[in-house]
Amino acid sequence: MNTPTPQQPGIFFGLLAIARRDLLLAWKRPGDVLNPLFFFAMVCTLFPLAVGPSVEQLTFSGPGVLWVAALLATLLSLNTLFMSDHEDGSLDQLLVSPQPLPVLALGKTIAHWLISGLPLVLISPLLAMTYHMPSAVMGVLMLTLLLGTICLSLLGSIGAALTVGLHRGTALLSLLILPLAMPVLLLGANTVSLAAGNEVYATGIWALGAYAIASLSLAPYATAAALRISNE
Amino acid sequence: MWKFFHKLASPPHFYRLAATLIPWFAVPGLVFIGYGAYAGLFVVSPDYQQGDAFRIIYVHVPSAYLSMMAYVMMAVGGGIGLIWRLKLAHAVGAAAAPLGAAFTFLALVTGSIWGRPMWGTWWEWGDPRLTSELILLFLYFGYMALRSSIDDTAKADKASAVLALVGVVNVVIVHFSVEWWSSLHQGQTVFKKGTMDADMRIPLFAMLIGFTLLFGAMLARRIRTEVLFRERRTRWVREMILSPEGDK
Repeated sequence: MNTPTPQQPGIFFGLLAIARRDLLLAWKRPGDVLNPLFFFAMVCTLFPLAVGPSVEQLTFSGPGVLWVAALLATLLSLNTLFMSDHEDGSLDQLLVSPQPLPVLALGKTIAHWLISGLPLVLISPLLAMTYHMPSAVMGVLMLTLLLGTICLSLLGSIGAALTVGLHRGTALLSLLILPLAMPVLLLGANTVSLAAGNEVYATGIWALGAYAIASLSLAPYATAAALRISNE
Repeated sequence: MWKFFHKLASPPHFYRLAATLIPWFAVPGLVFIGYGAYAGLFVVSPDYQQGDAFRIIYVHVPSAYLSMMAYVMMAVGGGIGLIWRLKLAHAVGAAAAPLGAAFTFLALVTGSIWGRPMWGTWWEWGDPRLTSELILLFLYFGYMALRSSIDDTAKADKASAVLALVGVVNVVIVHFSVEWWSSLHQGQTVFKKGTMDADMRIPLFAMLIGFTLLFGAMLARRIRTEVLFRERRTRWVREMILSPEGDK
């Protein structure tokens, strides 16, 4: 009875279609993907230049620096999440589509995470190596960044939806999202530091996982509401 | 009952009601604060561990509590405004934000002054309570920045309401952070039996009530201004301004 007809595709179809479209768009414009990655690498490079190359210092502050850099890089990439859709009018099409808007917002966020979050997780061991991080800790770093970037993409999608179409959007987006992202940063960076100090770190992973699941289930609704408000 | 709520939600009615309420909040509020401040500063004997330094709790605890209450109020106002489309509820949120930010700032400053003799430091990053309170301040800034950057009032109301609701998660973290992470900040003692002497506790309660009442008076005043500004093009405002009694 509820079988989707060709006129009314199911929600998974909508989810995959919008994610696929965003990935395709990113593929055509690789600069958008690479810029935040370069930014991530460069912030990580700036730090040893500023505080000096001493091994103890870098080992000690490595987890924090990598996490802050990851947070800022994600923030940088969030700016464009809805911007081009807003400019060329496709966002209005999404709003009037029969598909539930939270699902479409989730699809866009998943694509955003695959474009900006996942590459960041994948290159993080390379940068962690330059901070003399032991390889056992790198696994923890990647796991926390994996969960953390999911949280950040989802939280950020709310902020991006609230500020879409505003003139001073970029600075405002940071102001809105950074306070919300601080608990994620705190958990992520502290977990890696604990792991580096050979202490019990599992709690942080669980907490980050809980945060990721909670934002996965709630954030799309907030994003959808924000999109409707911004495009009234 | 419903009639009462309907009347409450009407801007002209609320505008007049707030005017009559302000003295009823402000006068007892000042009395409570006067008593609490006098008793807290002169009557209560010094703490056996903290000496006279503990007396700052009579300002610190009420402002910290109001900093969170104002946020919850903002979020509840935003939620009511989004669900039932009450413009007045949004006005409450808009009016509460700067007050909440001010009390957050006061809580941070008094906490920092207290921390200097007690913990030997003005600021301690390791303490989640301090950090969360600072994050709360940033949330207020974000809320106010979002509000001021959207020109259309109705849109600004809704967008900032969504932000306030999302940020409520943070207020919860602020509240439970003392139990979640081990910290320098002492646990909650005010409402626990046997942790605080009655002589010490009664002025604190007086200060809590006084601060809340004063907050109510300031909020009512701010809402009045907010309502007046939002309704500046309506007939009742014009009639009121032009009437011989003026702003009544």
